[in-house]
Amino acid sequence: MIVDFNVIWYILVGFLLVGYAILDGFDLGVGALHLLSKGDYNRRIMLNAIGPVWDGNEVWLITGGGALFAAFPHVYATAFSGFYLPFMLLLFALIFRAVSIEFRSKEENPNWRRFWDTAFSIGSILAALLFGIAIGNVVMGFEIGSDMEYAGSFLDLVTPYTVLAGVFNLSMFAMHGAIYLNLKTEGDLQQQVKKWIKYTYISFIILFLALTVATLYLRPEMIANFSFGAVTLPNSHPLITDHQTLISVIAWLVVLLNLLSIINISRTLAKNKPIQMFVSSACTIAALIMLFALGIFPNMMVSNLDPAYNLDIYNAASSEYTLRTMFKVAIWGMPFVIGYTSIIYWTYRGKTELTESSY
Amino acid sequence: MLSRIQFAFTIMFHYIFPPFSIGMGLLLVIFEASYLITKNKIYETITRFWIKIFAANFAVGVASGIVMEFEFGTNWASYSRFVGDVFGSPLAAEGIFAFFLESGFLAILLFGWGRVKPWVHMVSTVLVSIGSIMSAFWIVVANSWQQTPVAYELVTTNGFTRAEIVDFWGMVFNPSAMVRFTHSVNGAFIQGSFLVISVAAYFLIKKRHIEFAKKSIATALIVATIASVAQLFIGHWHAQVVAEYQPTKLAAFEGQYETTDNASLAIIGYTNEDKQETVALQIPGMLSWLIYGDVNGVVTGLNDFPQDEWPPVAIVFQTYHIMVGLGMFFIAFTLFSSFLLIRNKLFQAKWVLRIMVISVILPVIANQFGWVSAEVGRQPWVVYGLMKTSEGISKSVTAPEVWTSLILFFIVYTLLFFVWLYVLDREIKHGPDKPDENDLVYKVKGDRVNSIKKMEGE
Repeated sequence: MIVDFNVIWYILVGFLLVGYAILDGFDLGVGALHLLSKGDYNRRIMLNAIGPVWDGNEVWLITGGGALFAAFPHVYATAFSGFYLPFMLLLFALIFRAVSIEFRSKEENPNWRRFWDTAFSIGSILAALLFGIAIGNVVMGFEIGSDMEYAGSFLDLVTPYTVLAGVFNLSMFAMHGAIYLNLKTEGDLQQQVKKWIKYTYISFIILFLALTVATLYLRPEMIANFSFGAVTLPNSHPLITDHQTLISVIAWLVVLLNLLSIINISRTLAKNKPIQMFVSSACTIAALIMLFALGIFPNMMVSNLDPAYNLDIYNAASSEYTLRTMFKVAIWGMPFVIGYTSIIYWTYRGKTELTESSY
Repeated sequence: MLSRIQFAFTIMFHYIFPPFSIGMGLLLVIFEASYLITKNKIYETITRFWIKIFAANFAVGVASGIVMEFEFGTNWASYSRFVGDVFGSPLAAEGIFAFFLESGFLAILLFGWGRVKPWVHMVSTVLVSIGSIMSAFWIVVANSWQQTPVAYELVTTNGFTRAEIVDFWGMVFNPSAMVRFTHSVNGAFIQGSFLVISVAAYFLIKKRHIEFAKKSIATALIVATIASVAQLFIGHWHAQVVAEYQPTKLAAFEGQYETTDNASLAIIGYTNEDKQETVALQIPGMLSWLIYGDVNGVVTGLNDFPQDEWPPVAIVFQTYHIMVGLGMFFIAFTLFSSFLLIRNKLFQAKWVLRIMVISVILPVIANQFGWVSAEVGRQPWVVYGLMKTSEGISKSVTAPEVWTSLILFFIVYTLLFFVWLYVLDREIKHGPDKPDENDLVYKVKGDRVNSIKKMEGE
């Protein structure tokens, strides 16, 4: 059997992104909700709920970036240089978030704490918005020329659709963050958190429907991989035409997973099952990213100028040798990563308590 | 050019922090092991105090490190396309093998007291230290491949020419990788131990936390002395590798324009690239001897290379010599201090303690300038002999965009730097928590109940 390492790396990069979205998703969400909680004690509980895990979560992004660089250098180069300013904005947001968590507790002064609280929250909201805008742009495609360079401008990236995707992502992360906090908090704060879950869940559903309709209307091509061959795109890759049934079956299973997990969030909220609720919202995020990935597959960045300029998993990839070698490296490394992550989350299971070494 | 300034600025800012982490990581392992072996509470106090400093340092290191990871793509897209096949792999490996280890177990280091058993905490400290060293390994591997590219072939597909790996381990263990890794990590040990020495000396001068300070200095000074002396030999080995693989860089280190045997080693001086003259206090024949073990060894001068392949000689010359000079000072100063320590006179010698307090800045300068001379010495190449730096930039990024980000970086990093100093200053002034306070933190659940009972009994 011929193993297609390009497909494997598409899945691996996707896996890292899903891991990042699920893990950092909840701590960005906690950041977005941070200013809604009142009083220093509650805010400290919120910070310490993510305290031991947030920088490990951010490593998923760093490793995802490294994996993208190693496996698909052209995508890495085109995307990051093309979206220069949004990317810099994202970096500043992440910097402020990171140091706010660390510095906030170093001083009792209320103004000092208010400053870092605000920086933490704005950084988190901005990052969540920008990730959504980025995904929205990938769906809509870019002006990529024959030289693989982005030819558009900064303002081309901010359209009603991409902003909708940004706000949608923010609502999803906020919901996910609230569901995480539900695991970690007790008493009055937990009652407040449960209200947040309701509000964010409702806005998530509304935005989800709006985004789905907008995507199908603006980008009907996204449906091709779900269509069992009924819809074919010009310039379609042999990989797709040869495996239409398989890809469509997988795609519909993901749709099913997505719907079930969204419904299960409200069911578990009503029945008060916090762990199941968290698993459901994690599955929701995973399923949505998989839907997006299946929608554009095997392309990674679509060119609006000419489909021949699309960056796909073949023309944007590293050599076969590198993909194979790095696959071995990843297979060796990932069990350790999953092992560490499990140990840390297991160590810090249960409700958050403040001790003298807390933030 | 703007992208170069931005990259230089962001990397130099970033590189203030990782060496502290690597150096302190090693010391944390030693301190905590001393605690577990001797059961002396003072070592627990020491470990806890330095973990706090470590964490504040680590946070800024991570925040500024994320920037580095993505700047290759944002500002150096053409470079990324050219080397992605080779250069991306060590970066991905750094994430998988180093960052997860570091950031994960740091959580146990920071918040794990009382939640996990002491030996689990100890293992976590070791893992964090290993993680920080592994991270140095992979990033230095990537950089060393830029310096001494091997195990690749140039392949042209779809109109793009790029370097592709032909031998992964050959790329990882490229000719300069191991020596540069050793040199950098050892430099980090010096920087980390000087920080510990500096803070502890400050406590001694202020007559606070005396026992804490004495024990901290004694341990850190041993590490600093060994590392400083070892650096002499590692640095020597490194210079030989540079001489073999990057003759233009070596010539720039020494301001050597003419190819000559019996080449002399400059101690201090200046060099003028336009007039091609180097005025310096020199030891005749020493350079030839150091590189070839023979005073008549022939050292290639810059004039044997086209002038457009010269690095900016004066910067490389000065940064290199300042680094070497500081290295010599570290050896002299640590040996002298160790001598005083053995004779039991160190803690009374106020003037030595004062030098210790301020000297923390010196290894930072030495590490920074070492990298400046290494990176500027590689110019005009981004990958030595393969790709010029000017060819590596992003085509779709405009000058105003880089100006915007550069100014923002400047403002944000200046702010961060001062906040970091302020927080560090507060932590240090606050000092370690007294051992009594530590007693109130319980190792296992039973401890808590027992001590409450004990207190009620009293």
